[in-house]
Amino acid sequence: MTAAAITPARKGSGFWSAFARNKGAVIGLAFLTLIILMAAFADVLYPDSPWDMTAMPFQPPLSEDALLGSDTLGRDIAAGIAHGARVSLLIGLTSTAVAVLIGVFLGAVSGFYGGRVDDLVMRFTELFQTIPNFVLAVVLVAIFTPSLTSIVLAIAIVSWPPLARLARGEFMSLRSREFVHAAVTTGQSNMTIIWRQILPNSLSPIIVSASLMVATAILLESSLSFLGLGDPNLMSWGYMVGAARTVIRQAWWMSFFPGIAILLTVLALNLVGEGLNDALNPKLARKGRS
Amino acid sequence: MPRIALFISQRLVKAVFVILAIAVFNFFLVHAAPGDPAAVMAGEAGAADAKFVEQLRQQFGLDRPLYEQLGTYMSKVVQADLGYSYRQQRPVFDLLMDRLPVTLSLTLTAFVLALLGGVALGTLAAMRAGTWSDTAITVVGLTAYATPIFWIGLMLILLFSVNLGWLPAFGTESIGAGYTGWDAFLDRAKHLVLPVTTLGLFYMAVYTRLTRASILEVRDMDFVKTARAKGLPEWRIVSVHILRNAILPVITVAGFQAGHLIGGSILIETVFALPGIGRLAFEAVLQRDYQVLLGIFLLTSVVVVVFNLLTDLIYSLVDPRIEVAP
Repeated sequence: MTAAAITPARKGSGFWSAFARNKGAVIGLAFLTLIILMAAFADVLYPDSPWDMTAMPFQPPLSEDALLGSDTLGRDIAAGIAHGARVSLLIGLTSTAVAVLIGVFLGAVSGFYGGRVDDLVMRFTELFQTIPNFVLAVVLVAIFTPSLTSIVLAIAIVSWPPLARLARGEFMSLRSREFVHAAVTTGQSNMTIIWRQILPNSLSPIIVSASLMVATAILLESSLSFLGLGDPNLMSWGYMVGAARTVIRQAWWMSFFPGIAILLTVLALNLVGEGLNDALNPKLARKGRS
Repeated sequence: MPRIALFISQRLVKAVFVILAIAVFNFFLVHAAPGDPAAVMAGEAGAADAKFVEQLRQQFGLDRPLYEQLGTYMSKVVQADLGYSYRQQRPVFDLLMDRLPVTLSLTLTAFVLALLGGVALGTLAAMRAGTWSDTAITVVGLTAYATPIFWIGLMLILLFSVNLGWLPAFGTESIGAGYTGWDAFLDRAKHLVLPVTTLGLFYMAVYTRLTRASILEVRDMDFVKTARAKGLPEWRIVSVHILRNAILPVITVAGFQAGHLIGGSILIETVFALPGIGRLAFEAVLQRDYQVLLGIFLLTSVVVVVFNLLTDLIYSLVDPRIEVAP
């Protein structure tokens, strides 16, 4: 990837102007900032626990004590959305971080050493790509009982294979470049070469993939909690939709607003990811354009 | 021809290995589950005294060494014995076979429609890149890509069942209507419209994006210019020259996505109350019926492997170069 090698010199104003050229990405970033602010100030906006009954049950939106209506137990939908933002972002970010660790480690080893190691790691990766990933996530969370940790780990375990493939490709192509040969001749250890030479140069495609993966992780988390596999102590958007599913005929707002929250967050992350792609991989990005 | 036979047999051998590996993985999942499997089974059967647990342990060989248990488990799996669900009082395999047809008809219909629609829309968008129709298709695709499918399902129910009253929201057929023949078929088809649309929409967005990107890469290549210079009609250039080359990556990814589609059916069948594998999974989660859950995991993996084999076959038919590749 020549693009990756060029990036450090283009950082600073070049990065931002390339990012800002993608209008969707700027809109996405604005939305994402709002959602992050909402998550950060959830306790200030809605000091009460989102599980508390604060209004009459089944209040429609724009009622006096519930802006977006209340649910079947009189809990404020708006409070649930504000507090749920924390859970979604937290799980999205941490599970992506774990997936990046697993994926990049396996991909790096596979691409750097090649041969038998590569064969073995790739068979393992293929196996995980064959397994239906949402089914595996459901099985893992159900068996290890729903909690923040089990959900994060389950999402990470089903999400790392594409990253391993990406990292492997990067490491394989960079492995034969002159600066790596130079590092080998100067007697640097394999670990140093992987860590200090190749990894920094393969970061930009990994960052782009990871940013898109946060979006997928949030969708996965919402699907799990929709099925009742969320952390029972944390209010989350998927749980709110799942709990309101049976009363959809009487109370559309209970499932409508949390769903919009998921949609906007995931959309914003996807847009930001595309903007990052334009900014970090200018050569790749242009290919996709007309 | 023998090349294709060789290619397919290689894939078959690989598929068998993958299924065996998944079965082993499944076995270890059962053992990784917190708590003693015998105690869990006793709990499922509704009795928990120490004697019964001990009896279960002997009956299922849980007092044997792990590798011996693995051997027993594998020989059972080969004979399609996936254990017994005490909750439902039936063998897991029978439960799964009862539910499979609904899931297959849902996922296959959704898959075919999503693929056809996605390729058509993606082609349209790419051939008119930069115009308003391209922008519209891209924006709708991005939104569909970001929407949780269970929520799309609920919103479609709200619109088409609750407000407009056009389509049924739940089940596979009208209960007690007593339809026969053609009417019964139409009734069933009507019940599938919303679930199939919901499941298909997301994947249609994925295939649209892919097809668009793939065509943009192909459409300026030299052989397309040659075709154009020869004065071939535009539809022929698009369908024969561009699409046949651009569709290969779409088929590859579509094969990979089969597993996701089955996973999506858990959500769809829950929302639309369809008595398929997905709904069974949801019930098993609620009841903590691990035997059923792990059976579903194994069966869906097998379905995905079979599906991947089919995609390989289609790929080798579409792409003549595959014959040369080892």
